[in-house]
Amino acid sequence: MGKDKNILLVGVGGQGTILASKILSTAALAQGYEVKMSEIHGMAQRGGSVVTQVRVGTEIYSPVIDQGEADMIIAFEQLEAYRWAHHLKKDGVLVVNSQKIIPLPVLIGAAVYPGNIIARLRESAGRVVEADGLRLAAEAGHAKATNVVLMGICARFLDFPEETWQYALKARIPEKLLQINRKAFALGYDYAAAV
Amino acid sequence: MQTLMTGNEAIARGAYEYGVRLAAAYPGTPSTEILENLAKYPNVYSQWSPNEKVALEVGLGAAIAGARALVSMKMVGLNVAADPFFTAAYTGVRSGLVVVSADDPGMHSSQNEQDNRHYAAFAKIPMLEPCDSQEAKDMVGLALTISERFDTPVLLRITTRIAHSQSLVELNDQEERPLRPYVKDARKYVMLPAHGKARRLVLEERLQRLAEYAETVPVNRLELRDRKIGVITSGISYQYIREALPDVSVLKLGFTYPLPPQLIKNFASQVERLYVVEELDPYLEKEIRAWGIECTGKELFPPYGEFSAQLVKEKITGESPARAAAFEAPLRPPVMCPGCPHRGLFYTLRQLKLVVSGDIGCYTLGTMAPLEAMDTCICMGASVSGALGMEKAQPDLAGKVVSVIGDSTFLHSGITGLMDVVYNGGNSTVLILDNSITAMTGHQDNPSTGKTLMGQPAPKIDFVALARALGIQRVSVLDPFDLDQAKEVIKAEVAAQEPSVVIFRRPCALIVKTVDPPVEVHDCTGCKMCLKLGCPALAWDEEKRSVHVDTALCTGCGLCVNVCKFNALRKGGAH
Repeated sequence: MGKDKNILLVGVGGQGTILASKILSTAALAQGYEVKMSEIHGMAQRGGSVVTQVRVGTEIYSPVIDQGEADMIIAFEQLEAYRWAHHLKKDGVLVVNSQKIIPLPVLIGAAVYPGNIIARLRESAGRVVEADGLRLAAEAGHAKATNVVLMGICARFLDFPEETWQYALKARIPEKLLQINRKAFALGYDYAAAV
Repeated sequence: MQTLMTGNEAIARGAYEYGVRLAAAYPGTPSTEILENLAKYPNVYSQWSPNEKVALEVGLGAAIAGARALVSMKMVGLNVAADPFFTAAYTGVRSGLVVVSADDPGMHSSQNEQDNRHYAAFAKIPMLEPCDSQEAKDMVGLALTISERFDTPVLLRITTRIAHSQSLVELNDQEERPLRPYVKDARKYVMLPAHGKARRLVLEERLQRLAEYAETVPVNRLELRDRKIGVITSGISYQYIREALPDVSVLKLGFTYPLPPQLIKNFASQVERLYVVEELDPYLEKEIRAWGIECTGKELFPPYGEFSAQLVKEKITGESPARAAAFEAPLRPPVMCPGCPHRGLFYTLRQLKLVVSGDIGCYTLGTMAPLEAMDTCICMGASVSGALGMEKAQPDLAGKVVSVIGDSTFLHSGITGLMDVVYNGGNSTVLILDNSITAMTGHQDNPSTGKTLMGQPAPKIDFVALARALGIQRVSVLDPFDLDQAKEVIKAEVAAQEPSVVIFRRPCALIVKTVDPPVEVHDCTGCKMCLKLGCPALAWDEEKRSVHVDTALCTGCGLCVNVCKFNALRKGGAH
């Protein structure tokens, strides 16, 4: 990994963005990098937008990723990808989970969930990788492992060795769920290779 | 060993390592995790207090008694604790006392954006400001040392970005800190006017010594690089400057009250153009200007919101990078959870067209569409006292106002308001939403939950007995899921010519999960009545012209079943 990497994880409260960011930071630290992370989680449990910023490199000062400065955005939900896409660098990678979670203003008819999000992202963002994380997670054994599927995809774009990721998964995931999550990670990793 | 820690985790670690024996707080974002983490360490007694004033008094008592102590709060909490804070500067301490104020620039989860650095200068209490987690931990130790050396409480001021950002921290073992013996000293600790006058002089003399100390304390650090631009800064802004402009000279202030004039004058004289970069108020800038030093600050930088590396670069260099425009995305505000016991009550209040004097907690979300059933929310406890003012002053509002306040908020600051209602002959109707937890800050215990921060069983406050003891005759306890009863009781209590308390009792839906099967839809007529509940598990399906239940989210609470007039929504598994 040549330069610093700025990775933005965005989603909806309850989707497991925080665990994903912990796996990522554990792997980066194990590789000997400096890591800074920032998250705003005042009311995350109440279904609001959540964002975790992870900065990995050799000399990191600010814990915050500015607009247009993200090397990668991992979006756990389509609308959140749409909301944060302008934070991506021109040549950045946007990983977007196909899942849609309808926000309350849309549920009650006060706003409209935008159509064709993926297509519009493809027009504007550097590189867009769409994945049906829920399906891959279910295939691995549990829908809750969607966050780890997405980390498997993320791993494809970082040059940490395989054993580093396995170490990070083991460090962050309880033993009884480890096997399902290892499988989820592998499915994500293979999926990213195929697209 | 190094490990990633948030600023809050690091402060807790620092308290442990530097021998804090007692810690007290009231939960408040972004400060809550300090005590939550500290409670996990051995040899430290930690507690939730009912409010910040009590917490600070407990901490000051410990410090006077001879134990190192830490008290933490969000910035508005220091308003509540201001009374003991100011006088603690006069009494001083026997063992170290650190007061942590977690400010919230950008108002991520606060009702205002006050800059608590002014409290240090106002109360004449020394202040430290860390720029990352390592410094947050180190500064707990430094604050305790300063506190004991200068015989004063110390303010450790952080912001949300420090509290909730993670960076590497070196861990050390716990220091041996024996208790100091208690010594009676009324001239120092009994603040009669006569004693206070003597201590007032001690305070001035102490401030002079502190200002001298600030000139050489290593956390005030001169970093000379290119002399064309010099920046004076503190806290998180230091990181933004280093990120954005790595070549400029920086005077990084970690000890920000009292400020070191010689150090600042010396730095100013060595650079061609001087900037002061600080979030919120021109706290440093005003002082620096008062010494006759020319600098650029708030004419360039906004006095509100958070900064970033990008903002600092743009303001100082004048270059703004081309940016992609953001897509217009509908907001995703936080919402009351599916199964939340508050939802039905706000639906009812809206139906009754009452003026709702609101308070601080998850239930403040009752303000949002589609419930839109809150008129005011100012500060902890203001729902009760504010409603009394409304009905006393505005005859149009008599019999039309209710106060809505949660269990923890009522214990924090609602009791005195209720006492005022009784004493001054108010007719207020106070609705206590008792979900048996301090929910919004992430489920902390309080004096009504039966458990302490350290997990010990505790007596539970009895809200019915408490209301009666205050002189309320009309007290009732309801289940918030029973909408019909809630409506009848609220109507009767609002009409009554005396004050009343209605306790809506049901645990937070995130703590006690309902096991009922999800609600089923049968032949929806499309009236959309149920959508007025604002439940995230209910969505409108335009194609089918029917409401749709998200079975993964629905807790089967049945609130929507009660609201549906056409029996289209039914309890799951009932047929």
